[in-house]
Amino acid sequence: MSKKNIIIYSLILVFGLSAPFLFPAYKLQISILWVLTILALTWDIQGGQMGYNSFGNILFFGVGMYVCSSVQIGMFFPLSEWTASGGEKTFLHTTSQYFQGFTYGLIFAGIVPAIVAALIGYGILGLRGHYFAICTLGIGIAAGEIAGGIELIGAGQGMTVPPWPKGIGGTELRSQFFYYLCFLTVCVTFFVIRLIYQTRFGLVINAIRDNEDKAEAMGIHTMRYKIIGWVVSAFFLGIAGGLMGNMIGYIEPTEIAFAGSTYGVFMVLMAILGGKGTLWGPVIGAAVFHVFKEGFWTFFLGWQYVALGALIIVIVIFFPEGILGWFREKYPENFGEVVDEVDRTAQVELT
Amino acid sequence: MDFLIFKAPILMVQASMDGILLGVLFALVAYGMALQWGVMNIINIAQGELVIMGGYIAYFMYTAGIPPAFGVIVSPIIMYFIGWSLYKTIINRVVERDMFISILATFGISILTQQLMNFVFGADVVVAQSNFGTTMLFDYSVTLPNAKIFSALVSIVFAVALVLYMKKSKLGRAIRATSQNQRAAKILGVDTEKVYAATFGINAALCGVAGSLIAITFTLHPYIGLPYTVRSFMIVIIAGLGNLPAVALSGIGLGVFEEFADYILGTEFRIAAVFLLLVVILVYRRFKLSRKREYLK
Repeated sequence: MSKKNIIIYSLILVFGLSAPFLFPAYKLQISILWVLTILALTWDIQGGQMGYNSFGNILFFGVGMYVCSSVQIGMFFPLSEWTASGGEKTFLHTTSQYFQGFTYGLIFAGIVPAIVAALIGYGILGLRGHYFAICTLGIGIAAGEIAGGIELIGAGQGMTVPPWPKGIGGTELRSQFFYYLCFLTVCVTFFVIRLIYQTRFGLVINAIRDNEDKAEAMGIHTMRYKIIGWVVSAFFLGIAGGLMGNMIGYIEPTEIAFAGSTYGVFMVLMAILGGKGTLWGPVIGAAVFHVFKEGFWTFFLGWQYVALGALIIVIVIFFPEGILGWFREKYPENFGEVVDEVDRTAQVELT
Repeated sequence: MDFLIFKAPILMVQASMDGILLGVLFALVAYGMALQWGVMNIINIAQGELVIMGGYIAYFMYTAGIPPAFGVIVSPIIMYFIGWSLYKTIINRVVERDMFISILATFGISILTQQLMNFVFGADVVVAQSNFGTTMLFDYSVTLPNAKIFSALVSIVFAVALVLYMKKSKLGRAIRATSQNQRAAKILGVDTEKVYAATFGINAALCGVAGSLIAITFTLHPYIGLPYTVRSFMIVIIAGLGNLPAVALSGIGLGVFEEFADYILGTEFRIAAVFLLLVVILVYRRFKLSRKREYLK
């Protein structure tokens, strides 16, 4: 790790740890920023690095959310009665039950979407380009429609997640708990992804992006690697979903869990805005996007989705390379590319 | 099996008739998509929103006191210009780029138009009454609203007119030439920019026709555009680009499938059934092609 990297990491770490005390009013917003960063990072595994532009990764987010809260409730109480009676009014989790349920919930929220990803990935990762994009779009929306029709998890009305136990501290402690959990998750996600990009796996998925047929001709089992990439991203997305569901406290099929037109698009946009196919791009993209989005939401209240549509169009037309992509073009030597100084000055003289 | 449709077989006739009349409409939208996909090589996610927008034009006429059936004439004219200006402002910047960029850009257009329609017309479900009455068949056991029959006939008329136009007129030939080989067409003096704009306009006009027919036969809502996009995408990938009989057939097939799914699974799973059918078809074709070491491209 170079000196510059250490400075950047420690700055982010200090900001992450001290943010709840420095900006107590924005605690929830910064927690959501960490969740959005996870979404962008995981999208970039297939979208940027593997070249499989998915519109349906929101599926794993929603599945994780539902699985997490179903496990949390189902471990101690009958799930159907919970959803039928509006949940928290009749049943109460004790403190130990709450944390026990939450831990198991998060574990399952990671594992179940990963299994789902492996199963459907085998079917649809053989599609390429826009067929893959539209197919995943269809899956994401179908999942929302199906979840809205299942009575056990509250159908269209959605379900409440277990409330914070009364015994220990109030809402202040709750928001801090979720803040640090989100920060921890984003750190773990970032370093795991950073690690796998440095291994052979990272090289292979980049080879798949550049030319899948040639990668296959070189003897790589591309399907295996594609599924692994998809599973990794589903695992972290599921955990992020479980966290998000608990943080909001209420799950609804089409607006929160399988929100294809908000979070489903946000994750693509953030990765593109930051620069897809880079490690830091999604992180920067998420931060910039979140700040812009909150600004829009405040200034254009009621018009926010119009602004969002316009923002999508502007980003893809004018910044398809993203922020980091732009820097990379401008200063290639900072991105590990060897630049011949003589060549460069010669080009300048020519122009 | 405890389904109503198997207990009363006459419902199957009802579902099939509904499905056929609905499928003709889907085929019209899908033909627009196939045209534009073949010529410009972009997939328009905002296709469904164009349909709904066309429907709202008919609905607007209805609220102004004009019979909404005239929407089939007014709507395509307005939609042609909307499509043309969409091309000139946004699509021309993404048409030469990566397919993913154009999908995302049209997705942006889709969100934008959804929300604008929501502001202008409200989020309520609306319907434009055509007052065409209904036709009863088989001793009053099968009901067919005349509006649906009218809409199917109008769709067929427009489809035939479009095919003739593409065959005979100068612009139609230029469009077909561009879709076969864009470079060669350019060399031979076709203004491809103009062709693209016209294609997008014609596509929007077809959506306008379909939308105004949907306004009088079904319901309108700002957020139901995406299923129409997915349906037309599905029809196009089954039928191939620019093969009108196949487009019509698979449109009708999809319509019948949907009506049956509606009866068997229940209305709440109708949209889910459409989206899952798309996934099933794509996965089926993928496994079929992968035996030959090929893939959908």
